[in-house]
Amino acid sequence: MDMMAGKFAANVTPLEEGMSLSDHPIRLEARDVCVHYGAKQALYDVSIDIPDRAVTAFIGPSGCGKSTFLRCINRMNDTIEGARVTGRIALDGEDVYDRSLDVVELRARVGMVFQKPNPFPKSIFENVAYGPKIHGMVRNKAEAEEVVVSSLKRAGLFEEVKDRLHEPGTGLSGGQQQRLCIARAIATRPEVLLMDEPCSALDPIATAIIEELIDELRENFTIVIVTHSMQQAARVSQKTAFFHLGKLIEEGDTANIFTNPAKKQTQDYIMGRIG
Amino acid sequence: MTISSSGPSTSAADEAKRARIRASLARRHLTERIFKGLGVAAVVTALALVGTLFWMVISKGYPAFTQANVALEVYFDPEIIDVDAAPVRAAGQSDADFRAQNLAWQRQVTLANWNAIVEQAVRDAAPAGFEIDARSALALVETGERHRLRDLFVANPALLGQRVPVEMLASANTDNWLKGTINRDLEDSRQQLSAQTRALADQLLENGTISFKFAWHIFTNVDSRSAPASAGLAGAFVGSLYMMLIVILLAVPIGVASAIYLEEFAPKNRWTDLIEVNINNLAAVPSIVFGLLGAAAFIQYFGLPRSAPIVGGLVLTLMTLPTIIIATRSSLRAVPPSLRQAALGLGASKTQMVFHHVLPVTLPGILTATIIGVAQALGETAPLLIIGMNAFVASIPATPFDQASALPAQIYLWQGNENRNFFEARTSAAIMVLLALMLALNAIAVLLRRRLERRG
Repeated sequence: MDMMAGKFAANVTPLEEGMSLSDHPIRLEARDVCVHYGAKQALYDVSIDIPDRAVTAFIGPSGCGKSTFLRCINRMNDTIEGARVTGRIALDGEDVYDRSLDVVELRARVGMVFQKPNPFPKSIFENVAYGPKIHGMVRNKAEAEEVVVSSLKRAGLFEEVKDRLHEPGTGLSGGQQQRLCIARAIATRPEVLLMDEPCSALDPIATAIIEELIDELRENFTIVIVTHSMQQAARVSQKTAFFHLGKLIEEGDTANIFTNPAKKQTQDYIMGRIG
Repeated sequence: MTISSSGPSTSAADEAKRARIRASLARRHLTERIFKGLGVAAVVTALALVGTLFWMVISKGYPAFTQANVALEVYFDPEIIDVDAAPVRAAGQSDADFRAQNLAWQRQVTLANWNAIVEQAVRDAAPAGFEIDARSALALVETGERHRLRDLFVANPALLGQRVPVEMLASANTDNWLKGTINRDLEDSRQQLSAQTRALADQLLENGTISFKFAWHIFTNVDSRSAPASAGLAGAFVGSLYMMLIVILLAVPIGVASAIYLEEFAPKNRWTDLIEVNINNLAAVPSIVFGLLGAAAFIQYFGLPRSAPIVGGLVLTLMTLPTIIIATRSSLRAVPPSLRQAALGLGASKTQMVFHHVLPVTLPGILTATIIGVAQALGETAPLLIIGMNAFVASIPATPFDQASALPAQIYLWQGNENRNFFEARTSAAIMVLLALMLALNAIAVLLRRRLERRG
């Protein structure tokens, strides 16, 4: 235990001075969420609260269901043939699986960044402006430009691309592409930002830049990040949930999970014995 | 095991393994060389065959683009053209009245013995003392040319009593004789032309009265059986264009829309599986069956006209649809899922995802599919025969509802013409026109594709 504490404690991002997670209101609330892909159950009775304006990390070995759960939040599982979700996920108390809620509106409120950078094969400008445009958030070119510039600035990409906004986004480096995708996602001013292993395809330097960015973004967004890397979870998140074999094993303050896990499975995973 | 344990000293097992690999290397390289050789041989064979085809078509077809012309001096003999003066519109005469009078006069002109005029012109052109009978003299010139003289006269009645140089088409048989497409050593009884005509043709060619000129009329004239030398492709060309237009206007939107619906929106269940299987089957249905369907449905049931490009176009549309649907679906399927997720994740609706993101990247693929389908339809003959487009039609269709031929049907007609010696070259010329049209279509596709891909 001591070794573990030494390994991660220094990395854990502390919450703001004098503030604990319990001071953050609950933004997302999941109760007894189960997911089936056809006959196969991928997720078992997951219940968790996601705090507002903080980073929540989902960790666990491959195939543990963390990405599956993440995709339930903005209903991206709807697009998978044969996927079935039961249970309740509430965003600000509103069930996202409610029939009266339009999935298009939900996804405008819950943005997503994917594992592999996936910019549209269009210009950098069009990439960022697309979301605001389809949601009617900008009415003219000047407004679009304002959103594009501010989003790119927030994603820390503006300085690098300001002279080539009208060149294809696919011409950027991997790390830049991922920041472009983050800029694209935050351009629609989502309330929640889901990130599905956003750094797994990037080199360590690009990863560090994005981690720093995530830390800044948490001031304004509720962020849920899925990651393979425990170090990353320790570095960027305030809350951590550990998944294993489709079950949520343990959740809590990141500092607690890494220094003082309650369950043996969590401990084993953090020590590198499973996974 | 650590790396240092497999240091520089090689064990016997390692040595044996390497020996085994080396022993198999020769065989593996040989297999590769054989496979490469077979590939090269296949490509060379294919190229050689295509080259032979082109060489045969072009070498046979190019003589058809020049034709023997006879420069004659035509005397509009008032004794032969014994007609009233052309009517002049009198003051106060009604339109209908004048038209009727004019038509009556034109009929009179038509009934004049124009053959005698042509015969006289040929005699005048013949060297002094050349004996030739009327039939032999007339056989030199294409029969349709007398109508041209009549038209010249109607257009300008002042020609009466004048001598005018007129360039006339030599008859198909004269053309054969001069080009040598008929055996010049055949005995008289087996020759198409009399000895007098043959001798005259040779002499006129020598003194320059007969010369070979580019045969523009292949492109501007319609088919002709009575005057084969003047037969052209214009009617068939326009018929084919109408059909292509119908195919592009119907098959492309319907095919692309079906493919998008089936691929992006339709639920995956037994019904859509059934539809998919059936579309694949339709693509394999012999084209003649589509012709029968067209005859039964469009002509028999809906009462559309026979031999009309509208029916041909509809039949070819049915035939092209599966090709376009299948190719469009496969290019939609090739779009990476990450692009769809990116759009959906931003809150784009499915329709927005398809039209803003998926369709633009598949456009080059759809375009290729379209061109392949249209090119296939352009060359299709069998269904056209069933719906009567192999009929002899001597007019350019004004609308797709008029009777018309089509380029492949015209090729079929010409290759079966009884005047083989003349129409063999004509057929190859028609094939060249059809191939040129297809190559042009393909070139357009390549250009468009390049532009779209550069933009993407």
